Amino acid sequence: MKKSNVPQDIGLAGRMSEISYAVNKNGRYELVQSYGWDPKTTSLKQAWKVIIEEIENVIKNVKAGKVSPLAYHMAKNQMNTGLLAKYTRISRWRVKRHLKPEVFNHLDPAILERYAGVFEITPEQLAQVPDSVDFSFFKNWK
Amino acid sequence: MKIEFQHRQSAHCESGVTSNLFFHHGVDISEAMAFGIGSGLFFGYVPFIRLNNLPLTTYRSATGGIIKRSARRLGIKIKRNRFRNPEKAMDALDRTLARGIPVGCQTGGYWLPYFPEAYRFHFNMHNLIVYGKDGDEYFVSDPIFADPVVISRKDLMKARFAKGALAPKGKMYYLIKFPAQMDFADAIVKGIKGVCRTMLKSPLPIIGVRGIRFLANQLEFWPDRLGKEKALLYLGQVVRMQEEIGTGGGGFRFMYAAFLQEAAGILGEARLLDISNRLTQTGDRWRDFAVMGARNCKGRASEDESYNAMAEIVRNCAELEESIFRDLYALAS
Repeated sequence: MKKSNVPQDIGLAGRMSEISYAVNKNGRYELVQSYGWDPKTTSLKQAWKVIIEEIENVIKNVKAGKVSPLAYHMAKNQMNTGLLAKYTRISRWRVKRHLKPEVFNHLDPAILERYAGVFEITPEQLAQVPDSVDFSFFKNWK
Repeated sequence: MKIEFQHRQSAHCESGVTSNLFFHHGVDISEAMAFGIGSGLFFGYVPFIRLNNLPLTTYRSATGGIIKRSARRLGIKIKRNRFRNPEKAMDALDRTLARGIPVGCQTGGYWLPYFPEAYRFHFNMHNLIVYGKDGDEYFVSDPIFADPVVISRKDLMKARFAKGALAPKGKMYYLIKFPAQMDFADAIVKGIKGVCRTMLKSPLPIIGVRGIRFLANQLEFWPDRLGKEKALLYLGQVVRMQEEIGTGGGGFRFMYAAFLQEAAGILGEARLLDISNRLTQTGDRWRDFAVMGARNCKGRASEDESYNAMAEIVRNCAELEESIFRDLYALAS
């Protein structure tokens, strides 16, 4: 890649720049700042789209009373029951049980606290689910 | 307490950490040089390991290897620790900092608050350097960012004890012993030979040049085998691994070409410059593939940008790299 061809397409990380390796006029490599490149932003968006669709799906299911709000926070933090179980040190089958609304609604405050701690929210927030996905960068993308 | 530490932004976290740690201890070595001596270049297409439910494609060697090999080849000794207990891990970090030694840590990127939200995924192979603390705050040199950052004890502890695949388990490392003299030429040759061997002589058909051909042959049939939508996800993931994760562009090929240029000077071997050129062209080919792949993902591909056409480019990369590493191996032997 030639230095003059280093792309400067601003992507999802805004004005954060990264290092590219490119060849200058004398054929020598240089470290060049780059704001991003459209093809890679495309692939990053694609990855997020999958995550966001999953979260939207979960939000629908929470609103319909099929799963507990815990399912939303798990999806929002890109976790599955296995990973969440590791973070909370609650066994996987118990985490799965807590995804049922009727079980979740009667959970011990200490358990709620543990989940909330991993997600870095309050136990009250753990019971809340927004109407749509609320990643800040998602709003601005075309 | 803050250790006098020079933060230099790099393309990739591990080679950046290696170069900056070595530099701090008076070993002047660029990121590309650390990447080269540490045999960082690689290729693997591993369909049975999944990342976000998609097959793993990697353009670099396994995490931890770059610093390990570059230190060994230069005769530098590293002290490494892992921990069960997060508090003890933080205490050990504090004690080492108090001795005036900057410390490398393996962390989970998801928990680093200074990461842009769009880059926050669960990947546990992110390396950074802690070079001081003030009360509950730590001074961090994260090589992929332009400037040093500050992070709270709580956040750093969480990142050091991220869970899941390749969990860091509080891993920290720092340099303890340096030889009186370092033989860069010898280290470079060993580094080059290491890469040539994995790229050319891997017994596994999913690694090295064979792995690149394997990817090409698989990719061609993705739309038939997986359906259009899933095929695009597979394709996007390859592009992402190649360009997104701090590769310096072209799946680390440009960074390695930069290393070969530097090596040419140190070894006094002009033929390396020619090989560096050829690798740059291969990196450009990889980027042609990325452009075409992204156009497919956007639904804007023209007729001659089919999966067959993409497989052809990847096959071309395999061919170019095969001849490059053959010549390189011959030169180094």
